[in-house]
Amino acid sequence: MSTRISTAGQPFQAAPQHAWFRRLMAWARGNLFPTPFDAALNLVIVALFAWLVASMLPWALLDATWSGGSRADCTGTGACWAFVLSRLDQFIYGFYPAAERWRVNLAGTVLILGLAALLIRAVPGKRVTGLLMLLVYPPFAFWLLKGGFLGLTGVQTDRWGGLMLTLVVGVSGIVLSFPIGVALALGRRSDLPVFHGLSVLFIELWRGLPMVTVLFMAIVMLPYFLPAGMKLDSLGLAIAGIVMFQSACLAEIVKGGLQAVPKGQYEAAKALGFGYWRTSVYIVLPQAIRIVIPGLVNNSIALLKDTTLVMVVGLFDLLNIVAAGSSDPRWLGSATEGYIFVGLVFWTLCFAMSRYSHRLEHSLRSRRQRLGGVS
Amino acid sequence: MRHRVGEIVCAAAMAALLAVPAAAGSNGTVDAIKKRGEVVCGVSTGQSTGMSTLDNKGDWQGFEVDFCRALAAALLGDATKVKFAPLEFKVAFASLQSGAVDLLARTATWTFSRDAELNLDWAGIYIYDGQGFMVAKKLNVSSAKELDGATICLTGGSTTELNLADYFRTNGMSYTPIVGNAREQNQQNLEAGRCDVYTNELGGLASSRTAMKNPDDWVLLPEVISKEPTGPVVRQDDPRFRDIVYWTLATLIAAEELGIKQANVREMASSSDNPEVKRILGTTGEFGAMLGLSKDWAVRMIEATGNYGEIFDRNLGQGSPVKLARGLNRLWTDGGLLYAPPFR
Repeated sequence: MSTRISTAGQPFQAAPQHAWFRRLMAWARGNLFPTPFDAALNLVIVALFAWLVASMLPWALLDATWSGGSRADCTGTGACWAFVLSRLDQFIYGFYPAAERWRVNLAGTVLILGLAALLIRAVPGKRVTGLLMLLVYPPFAFWLLKGGFLGLTGVQTDRWGGLMLTLVVGVSGIVLSFPIGVALALGRRSDLPVFHGLSVLFIELWRGLPMVTVLFMAIVMLPYFLPAGMKLDSLGLAIAGIVMFQSACLAEIVKGGLQAVPKGQYEAAKALGFGYWRTSVYIVLPQAIRIVIPGLVNNSIALLKDTTLVMVVGLFDLLNIVAAGSSDPRWLGSATEGYIFVGLVFWTLCFAMSRYSHRLEHSLRSRRQRLGGVS
Repeated sequence: MRHRVGEIVCAAAMAALLAVPAAAGSNGTVDAIKKRGEVVCGVSTGQSTGMSTLDNKGDWQGFEVDFCRALAAALLGDATKVKFAPLEFKVAFASLQSGAVDLLARTATWTFSRDAELNLDWAGIYIYDGQGFMVAKKLNVSSAKELDGATICLTGGSTTELNLADYFRTNGMSYTPIVGNAREQNQQNLEAGRCDVYTNELGGLASSRTAMKNPDDWVLLPEVISKEPTGPVVRQDDPRFRDIVYWTLATLIAAEELGIKQANVREMASSSDNPEVKRILGTTGEFGAMLGLSKDWAVRMIEATGNYGEIFDRNLGQGSPVKLARGLNRLWTDGGLLYAPPFR
């Protein structure tokens, strides 16, 4: 190659570049163009992708309008991101009073910091942080968001909305349904007939009902059974419905994990003198849950997307507040931009969960291989 | 206004199943509202353009919303004493039945079977809507009778489809339907030229026209092929509340007829010589007390929202982006159907 000749005069600079280039070419030959057919296929895909980007780019970015107070300000041929940007506060906080929004920000920041401390391996003190996040954070966040006592003005839950509401419903659904689901799974495998029966009844009842029906019954039927004038909190009803439904599904997933733990593990624990609870907590559950991590995360992703059903009880989650925004006479015709925004937010959240589960599985697998345990 | 038939059947079945009076006693609803200090008004989920939507600040706006505010001003003397409960169509009737809301102010068409089976009452009609057609201006079509052989976009599974089939069969014409499942999809189909015509209620069509890239390129044809009367819906357990809701509407209409406006209502209350204006505004007689309302209830109401014409214009008419023509919703003196009983 000509490079070799021309670089001969300056060997110190050119050598590493040359090696880098050769490695890249080798990788490309091996992976992108191993046969003429693969090469053609890859070129077609690259061309299609380029065409897609080239046809989207003018609309999405180059000709887009970024600021304005109504659709009439979007005079260009591109997307009207002014719709999303000018209503961004509403999409994030719903109807939360503007002067109190720092409380939402604080609750969100603490949640992100807490999760980061738990997920980033280098941060020490996982046990303390985990306990704080599980036991102290939920009441703290509830106090911060709802207020009404200890010096904060009350904000009724019908003022909550948008992304904040989606996250409140999603996070509380995931956190609350996990212990209930595990307890139900243990109950289902229990030898005690009462626990076994009740667990089976609960699981089969809630798993067999469509989520919309559960919410529909909560909002329409419950008022008949309550004393006149008594009104339950819609958000509370929605979260309760989601937790019931999700914990039943989760119980079945955990049950699968319990069944996959070899019988020898139970027998070995018994031989060591462990009782039921110590066997479950220290021997069986850690192994069972490790097996079902993909299923658990899948369930959590489904739950997050199910939060859009809370519109049935009259709550505006992210999707519905954006859909409502695009019906405002001043923003008619902005539905596409709105739905793209909602799609991006949901995709980001779900993709983050999926990546985390992937990493968790990977690290658990490598640790297991290191320890030489069962696989 | 028009919804999937299945949903209606479902709501009707639920309501029939639950047809139990939620609050006994003849003045249950009015007393409950006064005790609570606010009216709970069931509206759409913010997706009914011009009727009930959320503005940039998250406040409710629209025709139905203003009607609820007028009712709150009449009943409680304060137009802000109203809470809006967003309801999906499938839970709307059942929520009213169960007492979760005091009234529905959303686009629910008044029909015989709903009135008879749901144990609910329509307290008047505030919008006379109906199914119409939107076409491109460049097609130079001036009447629906010229649409023989047209390709027509519509929402599937709704009564829109049935009305359209009836109309074309009656007039001996043929058409090709292109079925979409939402308004946005139909708009896109029409804009992309996949169909020549889009049929829906006039109110919905006017909104769709606003959403088009160039609204001036599209026209609504004059023919209206179905009746879609919509109005406030209340439970049957409190006749007094129904009267108050009805007279709120009738007074808004009468105010337009008599020229009482948001800007001049105080002035007219003190200086008008028209005996009917004096009775409405409480200058003479004890008309408010007959309904259990304050003497100046109508003054407060019109001061808060304006008369019918002003509410229509602000939310649906020329003063709004929707620019819906008044059509049947003109006063009877202008050839429309709005007619308030005499105030005496």
